[in-house]
This record gives sequence, structure tokens and C-alpha cells, in this order.
Amino acid sequence: MNWRRYFERRKRDEDLAHELEFYLAHETDANMELGLSPREAGAAARRKLGNATLLREKTYEMNTIAFLDSLMRDLRFGLRMLRLNAGYSAVAILSLALGIGANTAIFRLLDAVQMRTLPVERPEELAEIVYEGRASRSGHFSGRRPMFTSAQWQQIRTHQQAFQGLAAWSLMPVDLAEGGEARRAYSLWVNGDFFNVLGVKPLLGRLFSEADDTPGCAASGAVLSHGFWQREFAGRTDVLGRTVTLNRVPVPIVGVAEQSFFGTEVGRSFDIALPICSEPVIRGENSGSKRANFWWLAVAGRLSRGWTVEKATAHLNAVSPSWFAATVPPMYRPQEANLYRSLKLRAQSFAQGVSSLRREYQQPLNLLLAISGLVLLIACANIANLMLARATVREREFAIRLSIGASRWRLVRQLLAESTVIAAAGMLLGALIGGILSRALIAFMTGSLRNLYVDLTADWRVAGFVAALGVATCLLFGLIPAFRATTNDPAEALKSGGRGVSGSRERLGLRRGLVVSQVGLSLVLLAGAFLFVRSLTNLMTLDAGFQKDGILVAQVTLRGLNNDQAPALRNQIEARLANLPGVAAVASASVVPLSGSVWNEFVAPGTELVEENEQNLSNFTAVTPSYFKTLGLRLLTGRPIESRDRAGSGLVAVISETFAKRIFAGEKEVIGKTFRIPGRPAETARQFEVVGLVKDSKYYELREDSVPVAFVALAQNETGLPSFVLRGEGTSVAALIDGVKTVLREVNPNLLVEFSTMRSQIDQSLLRERLMAHLSTFFAILAGTLALIGLYGVLSYAVARRRNEFGIRMALGADRGRIVRIVLFEAGLLVACGLALGLAGTLFAARTAQGLLFGLTPNDPLTILGAAASLSLVALAAAYFPAARAGRIPPAEALRNGE
Amino acid sequence: MRKDMLQGTLDMLVLKTLVFGPAHGHTIAHAIEKSSEDILQVEHGSLYPALHRLEDQGLIASFWGTSENNRKAKYYRITPEGRKHLASERNRWEALVRAVGRVLGPQTE
Repeated sequence: MNWRRYFERRKRDEDLAHELEFYLAHETDANMELGLSPREAGAAARRKLGNATLLREKTYEMNTIAFLDSLMRDLRFGLRMLRLNAGYSAVAILSLALGIGANTAIFRLLDAVQMRTLPVERPEELAEIVYEGRASRSGHFSGRRPMFTSAQWQQIRTHQQAFQGLAAWSLMPVDLAEGGEARRAYSLWVNGDFFNVLGVKPLLGRLFSEADDTPGCAASGAVLSHGFWQREFAGRTDVLGRTVTLNRVPVPIVGVAEQSFFGTEVGRSFDIALPICSEPVIRGENSGSKRANFWWLAVAGRLSRGWTVEKATAHLNAVSPSWFAATVPPMYRPQEANLYRSLKLRAQSFAQGVSSLRREYQQPLNLLLAISGLVLLIACANIANLMLARATVREREFAIRLSIGASRWRLVRQLLAESTVIAAAGMLLGALIGGILSRALIAFMTGSLRNLYVDLTADWRVAGFVAALGVATCLLFGLIPAFRATTNDPAEALKSGGRGVSGSRERLGLRRGLVVSQVGLSLVLLAGAFLFVRSLTNLMTLDAGFQKDGILVAQVTLRGLNNDQAPALRNQIEARLANLPGVAAVASASVVPLSGSVWNEFVAPGTELVEENEQNLSNFTAVTPSYFKTLGLRLLTGRPIESRDRAGSGLVAVISETFAKRIFAGEKEVIGKTFRIPGRPAETARQFEVVGLVKDSKYYELREDSVPVAFVALAQNETGLPSFVLRGEGTSVAALIDGVKTVLREVNPNLLVEFSTMRSQIDQSLLRERLMAHLSTFFAILAGTLALIGLYGVLSYAVARRRNEFGIRMALGADRGRIVRIVLFEAGLLVACGLALGLAGTLFAARTAQGLLFGLTPNDPLTILGAAASLSLVALAAAYFPAARAGRIPPAEALRNGE
Repeated sequence: MRKDMLQGTLDMLVLKTLVFGPAHGHTIAHAIEKSSEDILQVEHGSLYPALHRLEDQGLIASFWGTSENNRKAKYYRITPEGRKHLASERNRWEALVRAVGRVLGPQTE
């Protein structure tokens, strides 16, 4: 192969032509000098030279790369054919692009969430320290990965031998606002060695060292993430030495981390990194780093040379007993302490970091990739179908080419070149669509979570995936039709005058098979979509036990407020809010349902001692009297919390049905009964009298089963400032929020508030379900449309082929209705076969969606039948057009044009 | 083998012709025909692929010039590599002729 010669091949051919011309002219002259007539002279010269064309061809072959040359020619020809059939090409390319685009979008998410390693140095050497098993332990849990207390972290760091360096961190929200409405940012509390161990470099200034993380340090330094620096400081280089205000504490900025480092959790970026030691100064009265039962840190490290994860696990297993014995929280009851001492640690790979996003979305994304794969398959079947139809039209052309000596392989190659053009165009467009779609998906998933961060830059895996899809689809829809088109006996094809040959019955069989499988796959996807939509509807319309619409939650905090002042302030705010126009009811609660907060305690009926297990663990919330009215909780017997339940009076509680069932073993009369929360070493047990029974309501999430809940009086269980719950009436949320802000400013300008509506909280908690419902519906509609196009195409073709036959039938007396029925019957047969196939497929595939469904089983008969019914309905609608066309065939004309 | 030998021979003849100075295809063809006393009666056209190949191998070079009767013509000249190639080919050829001559021996009839 010689590329220079290849690119000069045209010029060289021209040169040779000139040379040969010159030879002939010269030789003719010479011959004429010998006395020959001009004609004889020319002929003699040509004889002497030999076959000039052959010479040129021989030389051209020397210069060219034959394979490449014919390939280019095939591609050019393919392009021309596609331009001639613009409509056909547009349908083919668009459906392929949508299929590839959908796959690419899902794959990009999978790639970003699941396959990448952390953006740090040699991530494969990192291992995280975690517990063996479930490791239940009580206390306060804070941050995204609350594994260890500060005391445990000190223990681990001073006594471990498996790691050459350790990183500890906690990702928690902080407030950027200086007053008024809270502005949330995410702080990453890290040990001094954190950046060093991970090998993260500073972009500006410096990162932390051990000197920054010394016990009792002041708020002495903050490192910004690249994203935060861009967002808050517009990427200005003079941020070093300036301050950032966190929870109203000014902290000097010492550096900016490099752009690639988003944190340790895929899907969550941090905004500001701070040394662990400054947590008490910045978080003030909420600080937990000094408490023995405050779980907030995660720990990972770089394994020492020669250590593996298994070896580190063995080491951690062995030292666990002494570490846990040394860190028992002093407030633990003996039973809890024993449980605590029996905990064990192990190591696990940390190359990909941790990710709740990964955990939550792995199954949905895998499922969606399978779904979009099926869509692509349907698209391929469609294109194969179109190619087969076109091959039939070109039957005569192929027959002629075969009979004058083209090899079959040559024809296949040319047809494949056409598919290649389609595949390449579809691939490019698909990659584009995929990029847009994946960004839209992230935007959808982000919702109100501002710090959801997924790195979507395409890497080699994405590029490889798209290329593989392109090649695979091209072969899939190109190869079969190409071989099919070239298997005919040329003589037969020529004899039948291009009207289609006997062999095309078999070819139509293949096309029918494709349509049947398309209908089948569409049913699988449609049934899946129906399942997800119904599951979402079940959750959306679920009876939560309380009012979901028109509820606004205002979470109010005041820095430096001590617990003695809280009740008066709370009462003042609640009274003022109740007078706001448009507020139907207002109440306060320590824990608002579905807010993500939990307060639970072990409870025991009467004075009995019970074992501490899940069966007698109950959720609690402390509320003001109007809470029941505000959220519309249904009281079954007894009374709600009332204003007479004050501090100092007897402790009372309103319990839920499940509480009564579990704790009081389903006794009928629960009013007047008592239960206790066992005391901790430093406190006495508290005994509550049951005064009312309410219907069950959801506490932590909508998907949960009935859980026990005890509502106690806020006045008797003060815990700082509670959340305020407002029910609006005849007013917009925005107006309500403005009203609340005005009230708070008037009460105390230093109050901070964060708003959310019950609806938005529910929407947020159903993100995964909404994603599945929306995307599966989108894919099902796409698949259905493609399948219907396929059905329509095959029927149209069949009608065109039987035109003659229909003409004869009508001439012999068949009425139009009968002809229409013949076509519709064929359509019905195809759809029925497809549905049968799809039904089997659905029953098989639906099981994989089991874990993602709520309130219905994967093979819910109503859903599947509904999907089948709606698919057959639209299929018959698509079949009606070719059928009607068949009915309108003018018999005389059809017969005249026939053989 | 045979084809190779013939091709090599034609190459050698072309190179030899060009030793006397640049020439165009027509001249070369006739020169070979004449000097071989009309024994090598090849189609003159088959010369052109050979010229093309020799040029690619760098044994000859070409330029466009004007012929004796004022036509634009492509002239070829031998390059230094071409001279070297001709010398070694000539040695090989003579060795071959000697060897074949010895095998066949003196003419017996």
C-alpha cells in the first residue's frame, strides 16, 4: 500500500493518457512519412501500441488500493441512493438515532455513577473501614455516611497498622446566610491528612495539613471546591485571605481544590472543606464532635505496601474488641454497651468511593438500559424491514448485475455500505441526542437537591459504547437483507419482469416475523411502562394518613438560643402565624412527617421490662395542640394533645393504631394505659399516659408499612425550636412564604428559616419512581410507534403485491368490505402472534422490576391486559389505512396493470 | 519466475537505452526494437507500465518537455540509482548467460 500513489492516482492516470496520446501521434507521423494514408497510419500506430485502455487500467490498479477504492465508491453510491429516497432515509436515521441516543444517555449515567473510580491518585489502593453486618447502635446520626464517632476516629488513627495514611470526613449542610432565609451549602469536614492521603492538589493557595487539625482549633481556614469557587466567587483569584460566612461564623479561605475533585461520594459534591477540629466553633450548639454517641465520620485510607483488603480486614477484625471496649459511650445502658462491644470492623475497596446514588439508581439504570436496548432492537427491525422492502424493488437490478458477472459478495458489500451510511448518521445524531438527554435526566434527578453532582464528560467507555452500538446495529439491519437480496436466481428474477418472484413469499415471511417480534417487544415495554406508572400513581394517591396538599413547613433556627427561651419564642411565632391571612391552621412539631428526620425510642407497656428489639421501637414526634387539626389526622377515640398538657403536668401521648397493636398487643381499650421510655444511665425513665388513638399515618417515607407513632406534647418535651407546619387556604405558596418571612423578621431579625412544601417533599422522595414512570413511558411510546411503522409498512407492501388478486376478487363480486376484512385479518394475525410472544416475554421480564414496584405485583393481570388491549387498538388503527386502500382499488385498473 | 525474469530484462533494456541520454516513451520503444535487431517484438504499450514502475522505484526520473516535432512529451532520464541497478543487473545477467551456456555446452549439430 502506498498512500502517496493512492492520492495521486487520478493525476497519474491523466499523465499516462497524455503519454499514450503522444505515442500515437508520433507513431502516426512516422508511419505517414513511410507513405501510409492517415487512416492506415493511425490504425498501425494503435496496433503497435496495443490496448491503451487496458494499459491505463493496469497502471491505475498499480496505484490504487483496490479495497479502499471500491469502498469509497460504494459509500458514495449508498449516499446517493439514500438521497434519492429521502423519506425512507429520514425515517431510518431518525429511528436509529433515537434508539442509540436513548441507550447512550442511560449508559452515560451508568458510566458516571457506577463505573468510574474516584478522581484521586491511585484510587485502587484505597480501602474504607466499615462495620461487619448491620451494626445497629443508638445515638445521633449526622452527615452522609455516619460511621464513627470522634472518639472512635482517634482510636482508629492511633492504633491501626494496615494503612500508610488515613482520611476521615463528613459531609453536612451548613448555612451561608447571615440572617433571614437559610442558604444551604455542603461542608466537608476532613482530617488534616485528608487531601494528602487522597493525593488531591490545590488549584489556588494550599490544602490542609496535620497542623490545621489540632483539637480545640479556631475557625482558622476553609478550602473551597472548584464548583463553589466558580459559583460564589466567579472564579476570582483574589479569594485567598477573604472570608466565607458559615453558620454566621467568618472563616478565612486558604485555598481552592483542583477541579476534578468533587468529594468522596459520587453524586454529591462538597462546597467547603473544613478541618474536623473547627466543627464545635462553626456548628455551635448543634456540634456533636465532642459527644460520645454522635456518629458522623467516615474513614478510608491508603493501604500500606504489601497489604490487601483481606489482610486489612483480618487486622481490623482482630483489634475491634479492644477499640470498641475503649470507646463505649458513657450514656449507654448495659444492654446497649454489650451490643456495642461486640461490633467488628472490616475493610472494603474504596476505588469508586461510596454513593447512595449508585445504590439507589443501579437497578433502575440497569433496567432502563435493558429497556432502551429493546427500543434499539425494534428500531433495527424497522430498518431491516425497510431495507428488505427496498431490496425487493431493486430485485431486477441485482439480477442483472449478478447475471453480467458481479459476485454476490460484491453486491452484499454494496448493500452493507448503504447500511453503514445509515448507521454512521444514526450514530452521530444519536450521540448528540444522548448527550442532551443525559443532561436532561440529571436535571430531572437533581430537582431541588442543589448539590447533586454527576460528572458527565464522555470518556472512552462512552465513545466505545456508541461505536459498538453503531457497528452492531449496522450489521443487524444490514446483513440479513443484504444476503436475502442476493440469494435469488437471477434468471427467475429477470423472467418475472421485476414484479416480484416466487421467492418473495418467503421474504415476506421474514418481514412478517420482524413485525411480530416488534409487536412482542413493544408489549413488553408497554406493560413495563404501565407497571411503573401505576406504581407511581399508587404512591401519589396513597393515603398518608394526613393532608398532603397545601401544607407548608417552615424550619426555623436561631443561633445562640438556649432551651429555656425556646418555648416562649415558639408560642409567640405560632400565635403570630395563626393570624396571617390565608392560613387555615398552624402547628409546631419536633419531627415533621416525610422530612427525613427521625426520633425513635424503645417503649415498654406499663412498668414491664422488655428486650430492646425492633418490635418495641416506636417513632415519636412532639407537637402543639393544633397539629392534629392542621395535618388532618383522624382521631379514633380519646382526645388530642391539648393546651392543658403543660410542662409539669402528667406526661400524655396520642398513639397510632399500629402502636396500639404492637405495644399493647391489640387490646381494645387503650385510653388510660401507660407506657415507658426506659431511662439512660444519667436520667430517669419517663412514663406516658395514653389519652387518644389516631389512624395510622406515614412517618419517614411513603413506601413504609404501617409504623407505630406516638404523638407527645411539645410543651412537655421541649427540644429547641421546632418546625412550623401551616395549612394555607385560598392563597399561593409564594404569598404564604412572604407572610411567614415578614412575621419572623418582626419577631426577631436573626431568625433563620428554610421552607418546603409537603408536596415537594413527596415529589422529591418519589424521584426514582417518577424517573422510571416517565422514562419507561417515553420508551414504550417510542417502541410502539416504531412497531406500528413496521406493521404499516409490511401491510402496505402486502396490499400492493396482492393488488392484482384483489382486483380479480372484486371483479368476481367480492365487495369492498370483504377486501378490507382480508387485510385486517392479516394484521390481526400478526398482532395476535406478537402479543402472544410479548405476553410470554412480559411475564418473564416483569420479575426484574419487582423491587421497584409499589402496591402491585409484577404480573398484575389488569396492567398486562390493559397494555395488550391498548397496543392492539392502535395496531388496528395503523392497519386500517392499508386495508382501506385495498378496498379502494379500482378492479378494472388493477387487472389491466396485472399480468 | 519466468515472468520476473522477463520483466527484469525489459527494465534492464529501458535503463540501458536511457544511459545515452533522456528520451520519451516512443523513442525508447523504437530504440529497444532496433538495437535488438527486431528480435524483441513487444507491444510498445507494455513499456509504459514498466516506465511507471521504474519511476516509482526511483531508478528513472521524468520531466515534461517538447518533442522534436513540437509536441508536449514526457521524457525519462536515468538516475544514479538507476545506473547502479543497471550495473548489478548486467553482472547478474552475464553470469546467468555464462551458466546457461555452460550447461547447454557447445552446439552439437
